[in-house]
Amino acid sequence: MLEVQNATKRFGGLVAVNQASLKAAIGSITGLIGPNGAGKTTLFTLISGFESLTEGRVLFQGQDISHDETHIRARRGIARTFQIVQPFAGLSVIENIAVGAYLHHAKRSDAMARAEEVGRRVGLGPELDKSASSLTVAGRKRLELARALATEPKLLLLDEVLAGLNPSEIRDIIPVIRAIRDEGVSILMIEHVMQAVMNLCEQVYVLAHGRIIAEGPPAEVCDDATVIEAYLGTGAAERLKREKVHA
Amino acid sequence: MTFRDIVPIIAVIALLAFVPVFVTANTVLNFLVFTLIIALTAQGWNILGGFGGQFSFGHAAFFGTGAYAAALLQVRLGINPWIAFAIGAMAGAAVGWMIGYLSFRSGLRGSYFALVTLAFAEVLRILANAATFTGGAAGVLIKLHVRPENFQFESRSAFFWIALALVGAVLVLTRWIERSRFGAQLVAVRENEAAAKALGVDTLRVKLGAITLSGAVTAAAGCLYAQYFLYVDANIAYGTWISVEAILAPIIGGLGTVFGPLVGAVALHGLGEVTKLAAGSVPGIDLMVFGVLLVVAVGFAPDGILGLLRRLRRSAQLSGAPRHA
Amino acid sequence: MMYSPAIIAEAVVNGLMTGAIYALIALGLTLVYGVLHIINFAHGALLTAAMFAVWAVHVAFGLDPYLAILPLTPLFFGLGYAVQRFVIGPASHGSDSNILLVTLGLSIAIENALLAGFRSDTRSLNTDYGFQVVELGPLLLSKPRLIGFGAAVLVTVLLWLLLSRTDTGKAIRAVAKEKLGASLVGIDVAHVYAVTFGLGCACLAVAACLLMPTFYVNPRIGQAFVLVAFTIVVLGGMGSIPGALLGGLFIGVVESLCGLFLGDSLGQIGIFLIFILVLLVRPTGMFGAKA
Repeated sequence: MLEVQNATKRFGGLVAVNQASLKAAIGSITGLIGPNGAGKTTLFTLISGFESLTEGRVLFQGQDISHDETHIRARRGIARTFQIVQPFAGLSVIENIAVGAYLHHAKRSDAMARAEEVGRRVGLGPELDKSASSLTVAGRKRLELARALATEPKLLLLDEVLAGLNPSEIRDIIPVIRAIRDEGVSILMIEHVMQAVMNLCEQVYVLAHGRIIAEGPPAEVCDDATVIEAYLGTGAAERLKREKVHA
Repeated sequence: MTFRDIVPIIAVIALLAFVPVFVTANTVLNFLVFTLIIALTAQGWNILGGFGGQFSFGHAAFFGTGAYAAALLQVRLGINPWIAFAIGAMAGAAVGWMIGYLSFRSGLRGSYFALVTLAFAEVLRILANAATFTGGAAGVLIKLHVRPENFQFESRSAFFWIALALVGAVLVLTRWIERSRFGAQLVAVRENEAAAKALGVDTLRVKLGAITLSGAVTAAAGCLYAQYFLYVDANIAYGTWISVEAILAPIIGGLGTVFGPLVGAVALHGLGEVTKLAAGSVPGIDLMVFGVLLVVAVGFAPDGILGLLRRLRRSAQLSGAPRHA
Repeated sequence: MMYSPAIIAEAVVNGLMTGAIYALIALGLTLVYGVLHIINFAHGALLTAAMFAVWAVHVAFGLDPYLAILPLTPLFFGLGYAVQRFVIGPASHGSDSNILLVTLGLSIAIENALLAGFRSDTRSLNTDYGFQVVELGPLLLSKPRLIGFGAAVLVTVLLWLLLSRTDTGKAIRAVAKEKLGASLVGIDVAHVYAVTFGLGCACLAVAACLLMPTFYVNPRIGQAFVLVAFTIVVLGGMGSIPGALLGGLFIGVVESLCGLFLGDSLGQIGIFLIFILVLLVRPTGMFGAKA
C-alpha cells in the first residue's frame, strides 16, 4: 500500500528525518512510535505532502508520489489527521465533515448525507449541528477522524488521535479504529498510548533521532534493547533486565 | 441549490424593483443607483474576503479595470457599450486571476495579501493617470447619446433596474456559492488552509476561482459606474476610496453572508446621507462616521447588521417562547 | 536622454535626504510590526495629523517647526499609547485580520476628521530658512533638508539605543520575541504594546516636524507617504530597524532617479514595482530580519 524509501528531511542543518524506510501493508494497522522529537510528525508531513523530501521516495500503490501536492495525494486516497486538532472553527460539525466528503461527492446532498453517515459512525451523531468550536477535546479528535474518513481514503494517517483522551474515551474509540481497518482502510498511526499500540497494530516501527531503529510486531519491539534505550536512555535496557531477573 | 434557496432573493429584489414607481425624484434615484453600484462592488469583495477570508485592500484594481474598459472600448474603438460592458467584466476577471496567481502562488496571505493588492491598485492608478490612451489625468468622457442600444437611458429608473438586476444576479451567484462544493471548499480555506489541503482541497485553485469571480463582479460595478456617470478618471476608477467602500459594506452588513454587502451598502450610504443632512456641507464627515463605524463593528458586532438582527431574533424567541420547566 | 553626472549626483543626494525622512516614517511602522506583528494602516493618517499639528502650533503660537519637536513628540507618544491601549487592543480581540480592519477604520476616521476640520486646502509654513542652501562642492543642497537628514539618522540611532540598552527596550524585545513567555515573567504585554505604538507615533511627530519646513500638508498627504513607508518596511524586512534606515535611503534614491528619468507622474511607479516584486519574491525583506 505505502512504501517510504530512505526518506530524509533537512531543515537547514537539522536532520529531522534521516534515511527512514517503512511499509504499511494493505488492510493492516501499522504503528509508528518513538520518543518526543523523533521526527514522527515530520515523517507524516512528508507522506502527506505538506513538506517535500530532501532525499528518498514515497510510493503509494506502487506509484511514486514524492512530487505530488497534498491535495493530489488526498485524491489518490491518503488522508491524515492533525496532532494538534485543526477544526474549521466557524462551521458546524457536519459542515466540517462535509468538506472531506466533497472530495468524492460533488453534489451537496450527497456530501451532506455522506458526512452525516460518517459522523454517526465515529460517534458524533448528537453533535452534528453544533459548532465545531463547542466540541470537547475528545469530540475534536473524533471530528479529525471523521473528516479524514469522509474523504474515503485507502490509507489513513492518524497522528496521536488518542492523546489527551481519558481511559474510557480511549476504550470507546479503539473499536472504531478497528472497524475502519476491517472495512479495508489501511492505517498508519503515530501513538504514545502503548496499550492501544499493542492492541491494534500488527506491525510497529520505532523512530528515534529521525532514524528507524527497530521494526516488528509490537510485543517484540517493546522488548528490543535499542528501543528501551531510545526512550529511557543509555543503560536502561540493562537495568530493566537486571530488575526482571531479580524480581 | 434549489428554488427554495433563492426565494428570499427574489422577494427582496421584487420589492426593491417597485421603488422607482413611488420615488421619482432624481436626487433619490441617483442615490439609489450609486448605492447599488457600491453594493455590487462590495458583493465582489465579499466572495473573496467574506467567503474566502482573503482581505483585499485593492479592489479598485478591478473596479477601475471595468470602468476604463467600458469607457475606452466604446470611445476609442467604437465598440457597442453593451459588449464593452461584458468585456469589462471579463477584463476584471482576468486581472483578478493574474493578481491572484502571482500572490497566491507566492503564498501571500493576511496583511501581506492586503498590501500587495493595494500596491497593484496603485500601480494601475499611476499608469492610468500617466498614459495617453486612457486620457491621462483629464480622464475619459463618454459621449452623451441617449439610446437603449447605447446603454444610455432617458430615465434613471431604467438604470436602477439594471443595477438591481445585476445585484440580484450576484445574490443568486453568492447563494449558489454558499450551497456548492466550491463554496464549502472556499470557506474551509478561510477557516484553516492546512486542514483544507489535507482533505484534498486544491487551495490554490479555489482561491484563484474566488478572486476571478470577485474581480468580474467588482469590474461589472465599475462598468456600470462609467456608463451611469459617463466619465472616468484614474482617481475615481482606481482610487483607494472604492477599495475602502468594497471592504466597508460587507463588514458592516455581515461578512461572508449573501445579503451582507447589500444591507451594508444601503445602511452605510443611508447613514451617510443623514450625516450630511445633519452636519451640513462639511466634507468628509460621512466618511469619518464610516471609519468609526468600521472600528465599532469589528470591536462589537463582528457579524455585522445581519448578525445583530439574528441575535435580536433569537433572544426575542427565547423570551417569547413558552417555558417548559 | 543624457544627464550630466552633476545632475545625477544631485538627484542621488536629494534622494538620500528624502529617504532619511521616509526611513523615520517607516521606522515607526516597522517597530509596531516587529513587536505587535500588525500592519498599522492608520500610520499615514497619524502622520497627517502630526503635520497638521506642526502647522497649527506654528500658526497659533509662532512656534518654529524644529522647536515643535519638544512638545509634539511626547504628545504623539501619549496619543499613540492611548490609541493602542483603548481602541486597537480592545476592538481587535487579538485577531490579526481584525487589527488590519480596525487600523483601516481609524485611518479613514482620522483622515476625514482632518478633512472636515481643515478642508482640502494645501497649507505650508513660511520660515526664513525654508529656501536657504548649503554649498557642498559642486552641489547646492537645501539647508532644512540637510538638517532633516541629520536629525532622522540621529533619531534612528537613538531608537536603536533605546531598544538595545534600556530596560524598556528589553521588555519590548522580549514581547516581540515571545509574547507568552514575556507575560509569564511579569511583563505587562498590553502596556508594552501601547508603549511601542506610542514610540511609532513619536517617530511620526519628529518626521512631521522635519518635513514641514520644506513640505506642505493636506488631509490626504499621509497616504502618499504611508505607501512608500510600507515599501520600505517590506524591503528592509518587517521589524528591522537598520533595514528601515537602509530601505528608506534606497527608496529615496530610487524615487528621485525614477522622477528624473520617467518624469513626476510615472516616478512613483518604480517604488510600487519594487514593492510588489519584494512581496512576491521575498516577503521577509532584503535585509531579512525575521520570517
